Amino acid sequence: MQKEQFYYDNKIVKLFFWATVLWGIVGMTVGLMVAFLFLFPNYMEGISWLSFGRLRPLHTNAVIFAFVGNGFFVGMYYSMQRLLKTRMFSDTLSKIHFWGWQLIIVAAAITLPLGLTSSKEYAELEWPIDIAITLIWVVMGINMIGTMIKRRQRHIYVAIWFYIATFVTIAVLHIFNNLEMPVSAFKSYSVYAGVQDALMQWWYGHNAVAFFLTTPMLGLMYYFVPKAANRPVYSYRLSIIHFWSLIFIYIWAGPHHLLYTALPDWAQNLGTVFSVMLIFPSWGGMINGLLTLRGAWDKVRESAILKFFVVAITAYGMATFEGPMLAFKNVNAIAHYTDWIVAHVHVGALGWNGFIIAGMLYWLAEKLFKTKLYSQKLANVHFLIGTLGILLYTIPLYIAGFMQALMWKDFNPDGTLVYGNFLETVTAILPMYWMRALGGTLYFTGFVILAYNLIMTAKQGSEVEDELAEALPLKPISSKRIAGEHWHGWLERRTVLFTILTTIAIAIGGLVEFIPLALVKSNVPTIESVKPYTPLELEGRDLYIREGCNNCHSQMIRPFRSEVERYGEYSKAGEFVYDHPFLWGSRRTGPDLHRIGKKYNSNWHFNHFLDPMNTSPMEDKILGISRNFMPRYTWFIKNDLDYSNVQGKMKGLRAVGVPYTDTEIEYAPYALQEQAKIIEQELRQDPEYVTNYGDKHIEKKEVVAIIAYLQRLGTDIKNK
Amino acid sequence: MLKFIKHNLDTIDGVAIYPIISLVTFFTVFMVMLVIVLKMNKKNIEEISKLPLED
Repeated sequence: MQKEQFYYDNKIVKLFFWATVLWGIVGMTVGLMVAFLFLFPNYMEGISWLSFGRLRPLHTNAVIFAFVGNGFFVGMYYSMQRLLKTRMFSDTLSKIHFWGWQLIIVAAAITLPLGLTSSKEYAELEWPIDIAITLIWVVMGINMIGTMIKRRQRHIYVAIWFYIATFVTIAVLHIFNNLEMPVSAFKSYSVYAGVQDALMQWWYGHNAVAFFLTTPMLGLMYYFVPKAANRPVYSYRLSIIHFWSLIFIYIWAGPHHLLYTALPDWAQNLGTVFSVMLIFPSWGGMINGLLTLRGAWDKVRESAILKFFVVAITAYGMATFEGPMLAFKNVNAIAHYTDWIVAHVHVGALGWNGFIIAGMLYWLAEKLFKTKLYSQKLANVHFLIGTLGILLYTIPLYIAGFMQALMWKDFNPDGTLVYGNFLETVTAILPMYWMRALGGTLYFTGFVILAYNLIMTAKQGSEVEDELAEALPLKPISSKRIAGEHWHGWLERRTVLFTILTTIAIAIGGLVEFIPLALVKSNVPTIESVKPYTPLELEGRDLYIREGCNNCHSQMIRPFRSEVERYGEYSKAGEFVYDHPFLWGSRRTGPDLHRIGKKYNSNWHFNHFLDPMNTSPMEDKILGISRNFMPRYTWFIKNDLDYSNVQGKMKGLRAVGVPYTDTEIEYAPYALQEQAKIIEQELRQDPEYVTNYGDKHIEKKEVVAIIAYLQRLGTDIKNK
Repeated sequence: MLKFIKHNLDTIDGVAIYPIISLVTFFTVFMVMLVIVLKMNKKNIEEISKLPLED
């Protein structure tokens, strides 16, 4: 049979290649900006769109979807064509995928700083962008599957299985977590409320880590590590077991951690077993990656690329050991809400994702530009300061996490809290934040060196051209198993069936999660005194979402003595039934706010927004100044409250189950103005306020709405 | 933590069946897969695992 000639599309690989470098720099720059906000909170003073609450989602989204996302696409477009011995299915689809994805990133970079956010972590983008993501993702999927169908290689290599799992699962996760009711062009409310929304969000959150930051990277590992080491993967058998058990267990590991506390004792034990089980496929993958280098460790000493891979795979192993540990109740009780979690995710992001992508980019540069790397020495420098950066970033934050958790829980013999003032627990960890910022700066510097090295390599190399290749066409054979053919071998050539089986594997976990989830709604005990928010409180809540307050403040008091003592009565599920979306938060840079309502008077809040130093000064021993992490929200006092769509918002919420009556909606603007006037009157108790703001029509400003919301928080069942 | 969720799930009728289903399904799939994988032909495996090395 005659060999066929065809061209690999290298130009699309090149586009994604540079996009990865660019967005890596952008994402890390924003990361540094927020890290420095901890050191100098007012260095971007008064610029609303550069405040922490708006930049933090930008950082996470840029790193996850722009940097790691594009990094995955580089490797996928390069390896799929070669593993399947064909050009991509459609050049047009490849281009739509590339430009569409970059447009989505730009849209995110504009909307998030503007405060257009749904507030759900790693799913903050508003509904029009969510739809765009779905469409572009489907375009990518069609291109992937189309390429598999027109392949010239009978078997589908393990890397591609991981790509398939990524495509299928992210589609499912993205759609279900982003079901929302639009109320205007860039505002929507989650269709789920409270507990249900939280379970859905963390089912998504956990699996976004699994299927956007893990499976695609494992695919890259299975292709590029053998390539760079020039030897086959250690055990192909292990990779099959690795793949199926990983995708099977991972999908419900996240909410399972939530759920197993919810079950009887025997089931809790079962849950623990399941969480621990996830170590095995993860470590199976790690071992498979590392042992691929067996007998080639001399090469590791010489090749910067292999060094990056070794550290990346090791970081993967550490993060996946830590994950199940964090799923234990007693460990979780300490780690949750602290910097421990921030350290944990950065072992994954900087070590595992960042380094595997860096190694891959260096390796690809030589292939794409047909030349030697501009400087091996610079690549080694990048490796060294990058590794040092990871250590300096994570170790101080682990210490900070422990310190803060222990301080939160420290009691005096008389039963009072040793560190009753939350700010004391923050002052103590300031030195750690300095080290973290230094570690981040080192890592970032390393990445800039990578960018320079790659640009110089491209300059000295030749223009990227599509590469001629040849292969025998596939002989049509029976779709049934042929004599002597192994079952999995047969499956590996049945692409569509393989995709369906993958979908089933993740769907089982999904369904096991969804059924109790659906039942939860009818099982949340209704609390008679819990009522929907008033129109003004609703507008205030939307401001809370716009500013991203939930990035620093939780609204979830856990049933621990230390938390009840510090914040008040622990949170009940029934209190959140009208919360679309839930705002529990995941990190306490500031104190919990669930029982903040009526704790202070409205003047306290007014002065606090004007300058947190007025009410809560914090001693910074390093800079020798008095300050606070919280930015000044002076724009709350300057901006007029825009409540033009309050009726539309209430109608939207009614559609998803909040019982607003027709009358309430009809008179909403009046009710809102009335409540605003009452709050303004309260503020007049302070003579200083009257002098400075008495004639400023504060009742028309945003600040009254946010005060109304905060004063309402947690008061429905307070003192009962 | 999250005792309040525990309560809600506790009251679902027969909720205990879900983790059992999970475990049984996973265990079966895993064992079947293990047997299949161990029975794979060594020559085929070597061939497939060399796929990335031939451009």
